Amino acid sequence: MTNHWVDIKNADLVLVMGGNAAEAHPCGFKWVIEAKKERGAKLVVVDPRFTRSAAVSDFYAPIRAGADIAFLGGVINYLLANDKIHHDYVKAYTNAAFLIDPGYGFADGLFAGYNEDKRSYDKATWKYQMGEDGYARVDDTLQDPNCVFQLMKKHYARYTPDVVSSVTGTPQDAFLKVCEMIASTAAPDRTMTICYALGWTQHSVGSQNIRTMAMIQLLLGNMGMAGGGINALRGHANVQGITDQCLYSEVLPGYLSAPTDADVDRATYLEKRTPKALRPNQMNFGQNFPKWHTSLMKSWYGNAASADNDYRYEWLPKKDAAYDVLAMFERMHQGKMNGFFCQGFNPLASVSHKAKVTAALGKLKYLVVIDPLDTDTSEFWKGHGEFHEADPAQIQTEVFRLPANCFAEDVGTFTNSSRVIQWHWKAADGPGQSLMDRQILGRLFVKVRELYAKEGGKLPEPVLNLSWPYRIPTEPSAEELAMEISGKAISDVFDPKDATKVLAKGGDQLPGFALLRDDGSTASGNWIYCGMWSQAGNLTARRDPSDPTGLGQSLNWGFAWPANRRILYNRASCDPSGKPWDPKRAVIKWSGTAWGGNDVPDMRLDAKPEEGVMPFIMTGEGVARLFAPAMVEGPFPEHYEPFETPLDNNPMHPDNPKAVSNPAARVYKGDMEVFGKASEFPYVATTYRLVEHFHYWTKQAKINAILQPEQFVEIGEELAREKGIRNGDRVKVQSNRGVIKAVAVVTKRIKALQVAGKTVHTVGIPIHWGFKGVTKPGYLANTLTPFVGDANSQTPEFKAFLVNIEKA
Amino acid sequence: MALQSLDIQRRSATTTPAPQARETTEIAKLIDVSACIGCKACQAACMEWNDVRDEVGNCTGVYDNPVDLTENSWTVMRFAEVEENGKLEWLIRKDGCMHCEDPGCLKACPSPGAIIQYSNGIVDFHQENCIGCGYCVTGCPFNVPRISKKDNKAYKCTLCSDRVAVGQAPACAKVCPTGAIQFGSKADMKDYADKRITDLKSRGYQQAGLYDPQGVGGTHVMYVLHHADRPQLYNNLPADPSISPTVALWKGVAKPLAMAALGLTALGSLFHYVMKGPNEVSKELEDEMERQAEAETEGERENAR
Amino acid sequence: MQVSRRGFFKVCAAGMSGSSLVAMGFAPNAALAEVRQFKLAHTTETRNTCPYCSVSCGVLIYSLGDKSKNARSTIIHIEGDPDNPVNRGTLCPKGAGLLDMVHSPNRLKHPEVREPGAKEWKRISWDEAFDRIAKHMKADRDANFIEKNADGVTVNRWNTTGFLASSAASNETGYLTHKILRGLGVVTLDTQARI
Repeated sequence: MTNHWVDIKNADLVLVMGGNAAEAHPCGFKWVIEAKKERGAKLVVVDPRFTRSAAVSDFYAPIRAGADIAFLGGVINYLLANDKIHHDYVKAYTNAAFLIDPGYGFADGLFAGYNEDKRSYDKATWKYQMGEDGYARVDDTLQDPNCVFQLMKKHYARYTPDVVSSVTGTPQDAFLKVCEMIASTAAPDRTMTICYALGWTQHSVGSQNIRTMAMIQLLLGNMGMAGGGINALRGHANVQGITDQCLYSEVLPGYLSAPTDADVDRATYLEKRTPKALRPNQMNFGQNFPKWHTSLMKSWYGNAASADNDYRYEWLPKKDAAYDVLAMFERMHQGKMNGFFCQGFNPLASVSHKAKVTAALGKLKYLVVIDPLDTDTSEFWKGHGEFHEADPAQIQTEVFRLPANCFAEDVGTFTNSSRVIQWHWKAADGPGQSLMDRQILGRLFVKVRELYAKEGGKLPEPVLNLSWPYRIPTEPSAEELAMEISGKAISDVFDPKDATKVLAKGGDQLPGFALLRDDGSTASGNWIYCGMWSQAGNLTARRDPSDPTGLGQSLNWGFAWPANRRILYNRASCDPSGKPWDPKRAVIKWSGTAWGGNDVPDMRLDAKPEEGVMPFIMTGEGVARLFAPAMVEGPFPEHYEPFETPLDNNPMHPDNPKAVSNPAARVYKGDMEVFGKASEFPYVATTYRLVEHFHYWTKQAKINAILQPEQFVEIGEELAREKGIRNGDRVKVQSNRGVIKAVAVVTKRIKALQVAGKTVHTVGIPIHWGFKGVTKPGYLANTLTPFVGDANSQTPEFKAFLVNIEKA
Repeated sequence: MALQSLDIQRRSATTTPAPQARETTEIAKLIDVSACIGCKACQAACMEWNDVRDEVGNCTGVYDNPVDLTENSWTVMRFAEVEENGKLEWLIRKDGCMHCEDPGCLKACPSPGAIIQYSNGIVDFHQENCIGCGYCVTGCPFNVPRISKKDNKAYKCTLCSDRVAVGQAPACAKVCPTGAIQFGSKADMKDYADKRITDLKSRGYQQAGLYDPQGVGGTHVMYVLHHADRPQLYNNLPADPSISPTVALWKGVAKPLAMAALGLTALGSLFHYVMKGPNEVSKELEDEMERQAEAETEGERENAR
Repeated sequence: MQVSRRGFFKVCAAGMSGSSLVAMGFAPNAALAEVRQFKLAHTTETRNTCPYCSVSCGVLIYSLGDKSKNARSTIIHIEGDPDNPVNRGTLCPKGAGLLDMVHSPNRLKHPEVREPGAKEWKRISWDEAFDRIAKHMKADRDANFIEKNADGVTVNRWNTTGFLASSAASNETGYLTHKILRGLGVVTLDTQARI
């Protein structure tokens, strides 16, 4: 979230689309209700299903699963065609005025530079025109045909209400009503917040779904404002924190892009990742990359890392390929992996195409499951009746199952979706011989290290020299680790403006990332968390909920990254002269000498407005990008069909078979072949969560099993009539990858939609059941789902695929 | 805790007047149906706090689970898909004891001290005094109490009398993520309801209103409804509930008659009680009473239509 | 509504058994009207965070005893933390049911192994578990670690053992996991955040 949970109460309009906040995040959703009750805010829900969010909405519009970009592209067109944008904001704070290379173009569904064989783009022309001064060229009149504003206008002019309605199935009057409500927030004193979640991410165009919305929020001037922003309502209690610690292949803690084979030495690596300012006077905060990276290496290798050995850059593993979860299971399926650890992770249930995952796990030499609960994955090798078929004798994988403690039995921090890091305390010991995750990791690593010390082996140095200063080596404490993540001065840190002034004494915890250095004098395990444990102590344990401004900021509760800032880009809540766009909801303002107010300013404190330092400090431009060349499938989002589409073509580009589905998405051999066709699987399926359950976890808790005991699928009354299915019947749902059986819930809440002249029915598939648990046993819903992900993030396309349904 | 008895307003099958001197705050729970997302957090919190767990049931083609109130499920959400002028509304009502000011269950109950009404408005069942006769089921205009198959005693929502007694809100009210359940003095709850009704009217629900039925003297669990003119839309919430005339008769005419008729009948009952125990006595009557209750509910449904 | 004559007599007869018994001194108890005892009176209260969704609601965990040496802190109740600015004491049905997750009958209590081809789990000690897993790791790493790629560039990666990291683990656990994995050269790691 760029903003935070409580801030939702400051919104005038709440759009719930690509998510179902009432069911997935009820306690956060309370702030939507609060906005309605106390501000008279309106709630709009756009979803293939009339959800429990829709039940309390002011307006609901149905949409076909997988057609969000068409809908939102239509909103952009509406705003531009009806001149409902926040002009001053767009001109000052976005790249609308920037001139793009004349070679850039878009035709027949493809952007310039497409390579069909590689399924990727050569982005050579997706770039700014550079002036002789070394900065990007701009046209402040926004009239140049190559400026972003004009290119954007042209791109979305195709998304007329007629076209949108035909592609999305949303009735045109409903679409226009939503447009009108959204457009009302272009006024400087009105804001809209957007609450989205997996309903946008789990598509082959997931990242672009979100980007389209970001563009809308920028056009309306809603970024940086109280009650505005782009708000991803995330999954687990610490999914934000684990993302920040970057437990994935592409990045190191703090989103530091990980080295690849092309980064042959530290200098090359740093040079490529340290951006140059694209406009004068900008903060270009990314220029500090070497300080963050060097401080990380000092945390990991301590005294073994120094300037003369390039801070042990060579010990860092270099990445040669994608290793996301789909890529890993693909490798495993090909027999290229021997070992696998599942730490609190149940991939058999949560990864697409269960049959492939089952086969892949069976090819491992060893599998280690670390979990508080008996998961489906841990018993992939065992038959569980009709719900899971397996023959143990045929599966040679050695499986270890290690009992871990749960939240109540451990201490440490979780980071919520608002980026607020909160300490929690231990209430009890875990059952039996279960151990805390830190103990399991500590004991395992110490054991491996012993083996390397004793026997030697491949490159033992990084294993033997990994900084391990923990008082109990087999049990690094949460306090020690939190302090390490936050960071300390190794030797005295001096003021760059006054070399005699010591800002932090050697050995002290650092107050923030501004003090990080690239000369080895500081260590920080995660620069964005720097300051959470300062000399003042553990700030994540602060428990002062006071909110003197009534804006809901509670700045003394926990610690928000970065720098305890609660609303990102809050400089954009003021006009260029430093006055709040809406004084009634002022977040910060320019006092005449400094920035300050109800939040930690997202701006250099002494940056005078006339210096023109722009609010989006993480970009080299200083402004937000309406045109974003970093995206792999195009700088402007374009509608592409899901890989399994009920249509014969992409109605936006009916004559180009290359532009049916995301042209830059990665599809493995064998997976393309098992995509189903509409002739055989005529219905659009979408998987989702119910409020009574949490993923595949609460099926183990009796209370939740009572509240929603048995697997079901939902269909509309029209489809039920057609197929002769009555409420409560057992039905069989089949995709080209497998079949599940469940109870049918026949409902008025799912309607047939008219799409491109065709009637499209939706089959809703809640995910929460499996063959382990205290609920009635069920099928894993991912038996059905396709093995393809978003082109940028590789998040699987769980939200739009094809099935057939019959009475069982 | 014994002092709590001073705050009793009424006690089943007891003629001794309750102490009247102290005036405690009348409390109420307000269920704002327009803010309810049907998440069942209230059901979960109710089970957890009260240490009851129902069976893991089945999906019957609707979201309602458990499908009905039971001795272990003292509150359930009832879902109704209603189409009004071409617009779909998903009306979700939290069902459970209404804590009537004039409680039919208590009036019907023949066992002294099995049902208590506290002066704050809570109507509480005391299972140790319950003989399992099931009259409370017949007496209830909302079809709420349930007889346990395990111990043959009647159970229902206590409004978390144990929490309220120490100054805490009921578990369901505290837990409610959207604030659809509010708890406080009845006066405050009515003020809050007014505010909600004004907001709903501004959003086009011209018939929004408060459900505090006077047929039972008002209730200590009230609803804000978007369609207060048609409570039956919300899974047959009775439009004008009142205590069954059979119960009213029992209290008004029948009881003196019965007392006067002490003799053979009473001796017969006593004999039965001594020989077979209370559960057996009630069991014989239970079926009959249930049939009667069903017939009455059916009748109310007919009326509602 | 009319009450039939038969119904009227039925009520009389039914009612009689109760009232007549009482009149004759057969009330089951001399009942004082006591509410149920407040069950948290002297429990220990611990501040924690709900592990489910990313609202990360504040919770208060109530456990038996006062943490004295001989009292085991069995958790008996969990409810919302009213001070937490986000949830303000509320919880959703998942959070409100946390007690049943903590005490799920499917909690794992001992390390176990399923030997290749075996039909059942076998209980093992922690020492044996760490010993065997560490040996597997080292054998795989030593056999498949890539020091230099085809171009002779030092890459120092291990990509034949993978790791899926939990999003329910704390930042401290996550950071430690990352540090260990990169220290070993692992590039095959991913997180729940992806899906």
